[in-house]
Amino acid sequence: MLTTPADGPVTVGHLLDAVAADYAVLGRRLRDETGALRRFVNIYVGGDEVRRLQGLETEVVPGQEVLVIQSVAGG
Amino acid sequence: MVRMATAAESFILAIGTKKGLWLATSRDRREWSFSGPHFLMAEIPSIGIDTREGRTRILVGVRSPHWGPTVAHSDDLGATWSEPEHGAITFPGDTGAAVERVWQIYPDAESRPGVVWAGAEPISVWKSTDGGEHFELNRGLWDHPHRSEWGAGYGGAAAHSIVVDPAGETVHVAMSTGGVYRSLDGGSSWEARNKGISAYFMPDPNPEFGQCVHKIAADAAVEGRLYAQNHHGVYRTDDNADSWNSIAEGLPADFGFVMLTHPRRDGTAWVIPLKADGERIPPDGKLAVHRTDDAGNTWTGLSAGLPEHEYNSVLRDAASVDTAEPAGVYFGTRGGTVYASADEGETFTEVASHLPDVLCVRAAVVAGA
Repeated sequence: MLTTPADGPVTVGHLLDAVAADYAVLGRRLRDETGALRRFVNIYVGGDEVRRLQGLETEVVPGQEVLVIQSVAGG
Repeated sequence: MVRMATAAESFILAIGTKKGLWLATSRDRREWSFSGPHFLMAEIPSIGIDTREGRTRILVGVRSPHWGPTVAHSDDLGATWSEPEHGAITFPGDTGAAVERVWQIYPDAESRPGVVWAGAEPISVWKSTDGGEHFELNRGLWDHPHRSEWGAGYGGAAAHSIVVDPAGETVHVAMSTGGVYRSLDGGSSWEARNKGISAYFMPDPNPEFGQCVHKIAADAAVEGRLYAQNHHGVYRTDDNADSWNSIAEGLPADFGFVMLTHPRRDGTAWVIPLKADGERIPPDGKLAVHRTDDAGNTWTGLSAGLPEHEYNSVLRDAASVDTAEPAGVYFGTRGGTVYASADEGETFTEVASHLPDVLCVRAAVVAGA
C-alpha cells in the first residue's frame, strides 16, 4: 500500500503523479507518456472505476483508499 | 559439417514470443539448453544481442498488454534484468505521442560501441549512445512532412528495419507502411527511396512512398547494395536505394516477411516465401527457406529438416543469422516452432516447439557462455 500526503481533496491524476515521482517504473506501468491511463489498468475510487466517474480528474479526499487493479483480460 | 564453438565461445539464441522470452545456449547449434520463460505474459517483439565492448548484452523490447512497453537489458544471459527508471524509449512531452511497441533493436558496428538504434510504433527511429539504456527520438524522421500520409500494416504502423552503413553516415529505414527512407547525414534528414518498389494496392502503383516494405537488409560486402522483401516483390538495390530492381524470379512466391543477409559474403541472402494475399501460408503448406548466392539472380529452396507440412507463417523479425563460419540461420514460426541451421540453411534442426507465436529471433556467437 502506498500513501501520499494531502491537505485536502486531490485528483486521481495528482495521486498518480505523486506515485510516479517516487516510483518511476510503476508510474510508467500505469500511464503512458501522454498521461493516459493504460487500457487494462483500472482505478477504483469508492467502489467505482474512474472511467465511470471523472477519469483522472476524479477527486479523492484524505483518508480515502484508491485501488489499482489490472483487468483479468488475456488470451 | 558440425562446427563446434571454440573453447572460448558459444552460441546464444534468443526467442521472443507473444507470451515471453526464451534464451538458449549451445556449443554446436544442434543441442541447446534453455532458460525461460522470461517476462511471462508479455510480448517480446524485438531483441538485440550486443557483443561489443567485451560483454554480451541482451536488449529486449517488452510489451505487456496490461503494463505497456519498455526496454530491458541483461548482461548475464538473462539471470537478471534491468530497465532505466524513466524508460529507455519514451516520447518527449511535446510530441503528444506514446510508444505502443518497440519493433527493432539494432546494435551498431564494432567501430561505434555503445550506439544502438531502435525502431518503434508509432513510426519512429531512436538512437542510443549508452548501449541501449537511453534512447533519443530521431527528430528528422519524426517531423518528416510525409508523416501524415504514412499508413499502418496489419500489425501496426512502425519503423521495423534499420540498416547503417559501415561509415555510420548512410542509414536506411523501412516502415509499414511508408516504404524505405534514407538518410545520408547520419539520420538528420531523410528522403523516400522507393523507386521500383510496387505498391499495387494504391491508386498509383509506383508512388514516391507508401509501399509496404516488410524487411530490408544490407549486403555484407558490396557498398550500396541492399535487399528488400516487400508486400509482393523481392528487390535489390545497388545504389543505396536510388533504384530497386526485382529479384523475385525463381521464388515460389514473392510475398514473405523475412530478409536475411550473410554476415560476410556478398550476394548471399535468405527469404521465407509465403503465398499471399490469400492463404498466408508457405506455398502449398511446404515450408522452405530460399537462399541466393548471386545477389538474387537465382534462388535455391532449402528444406532439409523442415516438416512435411507447415501452415504457420514466419514473421519479419522471427529470423536471424549468426556471424560464425559457416553462418547459422535461425527462424521461428507463428506455430511456436524454432529451427536452426549450422550450415547456412543446407540442413535444419528443430530446436524448440510448442512455444507461443514467435515474434523475434536473434542469434549470436558469444564468449564463454
